[in-house]
Amino acid sequence: MSAMVGIVQFPGTNCELDVQHAVEQLGGSAKILFHTEHDLAGVDAVVVPGGFAHGDYLRTGAIARFSPVMESVAQLAAAGGPVVGICNGFQVLCEAGLLPGALQKNAGLKFLCESVDLRVESTASVLTSQARSGDVLRIPINHFEGNYVCSPETLAELRGEDRVVMRYVDNPNGSLDDIAGIRNAAGNVVGLMPHPERASDAMLGSDDGVVLLRSLLAAATKRSALLAS
Amino acid sequence: MTDAELAAVVDELEREPTGLELAMYSVMWSEHCSYKSSRSHLGRLPTEAPWVLVGPGEGAGVIDVGDGLAVAIRIESHNHPSAVEPYQGAATGVGGIIRDIFSMGARPIAVMDPLRFGPLDDPRTRYLFEGVVSGISGYGNAVGVPTVGGEVVFDECYTGNPLVNVLCLGVLPKERLVLARAEGAGNLAVLMGSSTGRDGIGGASVLASAGFVEGSETKRPSVQVGDPFEEKKLIEACLELLDAGLAIGVQDLGAAGLSCAASETAAKTGAGMDVDAARVAKREPGMNPVEVLTSESQERMLAIVTPENLDEVLVLCDRWEIRASVVGRVTDSGRFRVYDGYFDSVGVPGANPLPPLGDDPPEVSSDREPVADVPIGSLGDGPLYHRPLAPPDDLDVRQAADPARELFTRFPPGTDLSGELLDLLASPNIADKSWVWRQYDHQLFLNTVAGPGGDASVLRLKETEGRALALSVDGKGRFAALDPRVGAQLAVLEAARNVACSGARPLALVNCLNFGNPEHPEVMWQFSEAVDGMGDACRALGIPVVGGNVSFYNESHGVDIDPTPVVGVIGLIDDLVSPPPGIALREGDRIVLLGATRPELGGSEWATRHGMRDGRPPVADLAAARLLHDLVAGLATDRMVGGLHDCSDGGVAVALAEMAIAGGVGFRVAVGDARTCFSESASRVVLSVGPEQVNEVLGRASSAKVPAMVLGDAGGSDLRSDGAFSVTVEAAERAWRDAIPSIMTATSDVGY
Repeated sequence: MSAMVGIVQFPGTNCELDVQHAVEQLGGSAKILFHTEHDLAGVDAVVVPGGFAHGDYLRTGAIARFSPVMESVAQLAAAGGPVVGICNGFQVLCEAGLLPGALQKNAGLKFLCESVDLRVESTASVLTSQARSGDVLRIPINHFEGNYVCSPETLAELRGEDRVVMRYVDNPNGSLDDIAGIRNAAGNVVGLMPHPERASDAMLGSDDGVVLLRSLLAAATKRSALLAS
Repeated sequence: MTDAELAAVVDELEREPTGLELAMYSVMWSEHCSYKSSRSHLGRLPTEAPWVLVGPGEGAGVIDVGDGLAVAIRIESHNHPSAVEPYQGAATGVGGIIRDIFSMGARPIAVMDPLRFGPLDDPRTRYLFEGVVSGISGYGNAVGVPTVGGEVVFDECYTGNPLVNVLCLGVLPKERLVLARAEGAGNLAVLMGSSTGRDGIGGASVLASAGFVEGSETKRPSVQVGDPFEEKKLIEACLELLDAGLAIGVQDLGAAGLSCAASETAAKTGAGMDVDAARVAKREPGMNPVEVLTSESQERMLAIVTPENLDEVLVLCDRWEIRASVVGRVTDSGRFRVYDGYFDSVGVPGANPLPPLGDDPPEVSSDREPVADVPIGSLGDGPLYHRPLAPPDDLDVRQAADPARELFTRFPPGTDLSGELLDLLASPNIADKSWVWRQYDHQLFLNTVAGPGGDASVLRLKETEGRALALSVDGKGRFAALDPRVGAQLAVLEAARNVACSGARPLALVNCLNFGNPEHPEVMWQFSEAVDGMGDACRALGIPVVGGNVSFYNESHGVDIDPTPVVGVIGLIDDLVSPPPGIALREGDRIVLLGATRPELGGSEWATRHGMRDGRPPVADLAAARLLHDLVAGLATDRMVGGLHDCSDGGVAVALAEMAIAGGVGFRVAVGDARTCFSESASRVVLSVGPEQVNEVLGRASSAKVPAMVLGDAGGSDLRSDGAFSVTVEAAERAWRDAIPSIMTATSDVGY
């Protein structure tokens, strides 16, 4: 049995079926985790997908972090399980304290849906283990609040510990240090604004996201094997 | 409401109406809800085809696309709300059309927006443009339905009255198709979603059924406010309800609010409906039944459920964190009755547990008299007008003033047209619109094979083995002003041609008929002509009309807009194995023009840039169009071309330039003088063809009886037509790409 990827669905989430489709196209298994669930039994990795969790009311991710499922996601992360936040999911992970920093409104004060070039900076993460450092991937962004900010101390830490996972080649949103994605110290929690699932099929213009999703599936399989042994 | 209409109400009821009855008739018999001026004409449109499952008259048209899958499609206008409050007007337009689609049991998967504004050098226009685009972006992105394409046109006739049309389509397994029907006495009407407020009261009559004069901002209270998060939850809850078989039907609350939704569902089965205004969750205390029944508060749905299923329905709504309360009961009375504090005592089965929110519990009495009691069919059976028709007085003069002569004098053969070409590329009507569509999520659901910016948007249907939909929305208002019959035909031809360019065959059409004041005989004449033209074109191309919307009273300060019939054509690609060719020129290819070019400049973008709006529109040869579309669809499907592009605004010169910009490669051609460079003759397509395939392409064109001509070759870094123009790809691209962003960033008018 292949490893199971759990995809969190808050009210207002809208990319959950896309992530599920992309995972399944790659031969993985995935299931939707409604935000009221506590039980992550049988789930080897979690994706917090894009959308507008709880309408993004108050502040992006600010309400979602209190959903019951996030307690279990935090436990999984603490136990070394792979957790990836995409777009709104990245915002949620920041609000939940699983990743440092925050995402504020784009520098141009406009929503942006377009393909951008990303440079892989660190391969020491569950999302980039199969990519090569320096690879340039063409992947769509789709956000209003994608402008990454953090304190100078945090930035120094992220840089010093190789925790910037990918950077924009041509910064579209004003993100500090061109940051598109970061990881935690252990590399099992990753957040990124671009949508790898939207670049998972040449029919849609790019399959550059496949290497990222394959990395995640490999991490899930590894964890599944670890739990079984 | 007119005196004659009031007399008809008194006749119907055989007494004076109550205040609530009068309010309900007034909105339900408004132009917007009753189509009283247009109904007598719309019957002339063809609506049938074997694959049409639901035609006009329901929430949306539905067609069979094979593999057990159906597609629901509808288009609607939200012109007047957007003119008064652009962000919320556009946002609630998106919300409303999406509800129409999921009320049919379909999951909404795409929105497209045909938009029209005045010229961008006007600060108020920039404010409206910015606001409308933000509203579509803000609502559409958050509700989780991608906006995959659209159209933006700038013309002085829309300065006081912009047009915001919204099209939505959804997919559903054929067996899930539901029609909004209230059947079975004793069944319950459950109101789901937002509470009911004082917003949008009488919007259908106040805004949509009257023209604009000074002080339109005083109408802002008639514009509703949207909540995309609530709607997202409603989509999921309603589709789950229908999947689980818990609802007999669902109906959205749109124009005329609860009075329309509750009466319409029951009128369609000949049943009756009792509604208790006191059971409706209200946003503020003290709202009276008139306000409750005519409020157009957004994000509300009415589900008809059996008493046995009520508990499950409420549990499901609770899971999605949406309000739900029983507000009505289906009866067999044939009457639409409204009470205020009645239900608990008449045994709405012990199970009406949710007290009305935001208000004190009502005092309930079984002795209460209804505050409205009317024959259920009468609200939806508004008056029918045969309004007088007359062509505009100046029509002959305008048609006779062909701009070709003067333009030819100003730009005789041999004139360098490079500056004219760059000016056309920088015209906001032709320039790059990515400033608009980058703000829209156009990729959600992983279906978007071809997004905004090309001829047609292409969506794959992941649920099927390789099927895909092609969609295009088009309107040709300037042509329709010169000849509404031909203008409507040209809109149909252009949308169908765009769909053909992606290799699809057309399956259905929806229309949004934007016109001026129907009390002006010229406007009704334009309308009647446009309907006939559209019908002729649809019949010639074999495309049924499955739905539509009429928007009258598009006028400001007594001046009507140009007649603007907008159409959306949906086509089917049977087996999509790779993305369609797209519009880009390919280095080393030969360039072929299909279709005949005539010196047709009436209503063209080029003539308009020079201040000339008269003449005759291009000829719409319907039979030739059909031959062209069949040929082009075959060429695209068989990948006989590297790229192909519809020829429309700005003519073949602009089509070629757009292909060069997309491909990053120049060309050298010979397309003649100004009259042929910028002519907007219809039914033409430019092809980029590999040298080894040219003979076969020309052979196919010849067998199909479509004129074809080799114009030249793709290559180099200049756009060059011998004796006409020569500019670099870079200069052309800069003119085209920078036009709209530079206007919008240089002049920020937020808060105008």
